[in-house]
Amino acid sequence: MSAPADWRQRIFELFQQHDIKQVYHVPDAGHGPLIEACQRSNAMRTVVLTTEEEGIPMAAGAWLGGQRSVLLMQSSGVGNTINLLGLTKTLRMPFVTLITMRGEWGEFNSWQYPMGQGTPRVLEAMGVIVYAVDRAEEVGPTVDAALRAAFDGGQAVAVLLRQKLLGFKDFRALGKR
Amino acid sequence: MDTATLSRRPLAKKILAGADDTLLVVAGLGSPNWDITEAGDRPLNMPLWGAMGGTVPMALGLALAQPGRRVLAITGDGDMLMSLGALATVAMQAPANLAIVVLDNGKFGETGNQATHTSPRGQGPVDSGAGTDLAMIARGCGIADSATVTAEREVEGLVADARRKAGPVFRVAKIKAEKLPFVMPPQDGAHLKDRFRQALLGTT
Repeated sequence: MSAPADWRQRIFELFQQHDIKQVYHVPDAGHGPLIEACQRSNAMRTVVLTTEEEGIPMAAGAWLGGQRSVLLMQSSGVGNTINLLGLTKTLRMPFVTLITMRGEWGEFNSWQYPMGQGTPRVLEAMGVIVYAVDRAEEVGPTVDAALRAAFDGGQAVAVLLRQKLLGFKDFRALGKR
Repeated sequence: MDTATLSRRPLAKKILAGADDTLLVVAGLGSPNWDITEAGDRPLNMPLWGAMGGTVPMALGLALAQPGRRVLAITGDGDMLMSLGALATVAMQAPANLAIVVLDNGKFGETGNQATHTSPRGQGPVDSGAGTDLAMIARGCGIADSATVTAEREVEGLVADARRKAGPVFRVAKIKAEKLPFVMPPQDGAHLKDRFRQALLGTT
C-alpha cells in the first residue's frame, strides 16, 4: 500500500460523524478496508450491489425514507450509473460517491483507461460536482466537504480517490506474458 | 396470443385499497405509474417518470430506511427485466417490509407494445418472447417467497401478501395488454420527493 492506511479509517469516522446509515459498494480492493469497517459497524447498513447502477436509486430511496447514504465504486463503475445519475438532478437530492480511480496514473491494464479517463467528464456532464484527491492528508477534509455539500447543500458530489493516492499494481512483479 | 385475464387498473386499485401512512409505494415508469395514480394520487406514492431499472433498488433503499412501514414496489416486466440483479441485492438484504409486484403483460407498453422476454415463444416474428419466468428468477436470486398469479380467484391472496406478509415478497401478476388512458401524477421529481418526505418525515 503506497499511502498511509489511516485515511480509510478517517473516511469511516466521517461516515459516523455525518450519520451515514447505508453504504453501497461493489467488491473493490481500493475501498476494501473501508468496506470491511462499514460491514463490522452496527451503525450503518452495508449493501453489496450487483452493479453500481443500483446505488443511485437506492440512495434516492434511502433519502425518501430519511436516511443518508454513500456509494463506493471504482471508476469503471461510473459508466454503469450514467442514466440513473440523472435522478440526482431530477429529484434534487443529496448524493455522495467515493470513487477509486483506475486507468490514470501508471495503470498497467489498458482496459481500464477509457472509463478512467472519461470518469471526471462523465460525472460533470451529469451535473455531479467533482472533487479529486491525490494525497493522503487531503482525504479527510475533502470527504468532509463532500458530505457537507451533499447533505447540507443538497448537491450531488463525487470524490475521486486518484491513483496517485492509491498506488498502482506492479504489473511487472505480478507475472510475465 | 394473450391468455391473461387480469386487468391492471382494477388490480392496482385492490392492491392499494385503504392505503394509509404505513404504506410507502414506488411505481415504475409508464403504466404502473398511471395505474397507482388512478387508484388515488397520494404523497406517499413515488411514481417514476423515468429511471428505468430503478424501481426495485429505490424501494429497497426506502425499505431499509423505514423498517417500520410497508414498502411496495409496483412495476412492469420491462422495468424489472432491466434490473434483474437488484433481486439478488434484495435477497441479500432480506427486508421483511418489502413486497415487489410485477404487472407482467409481456409488452414494452411505452414504446408501442413490443414483446418483452416474458412473452411466450412461437408468436411469430414480431410478438414472440422467450417465456422468461420472473418469479423463477426471483426465487433463483434468493427471494424464496416468489410466485406468479394468473387468476381472479388468486387476487385476494396477492393483495394480502403484497400488503402484509413478511417479506421480501415477490409476485408476478400476469395481466392483459390493454390500451388505457394515461392518469398522470405530478411530474416534477423534486416536488414528488419533497411531498413524500414531508408526509413521511415532517420535513423536506
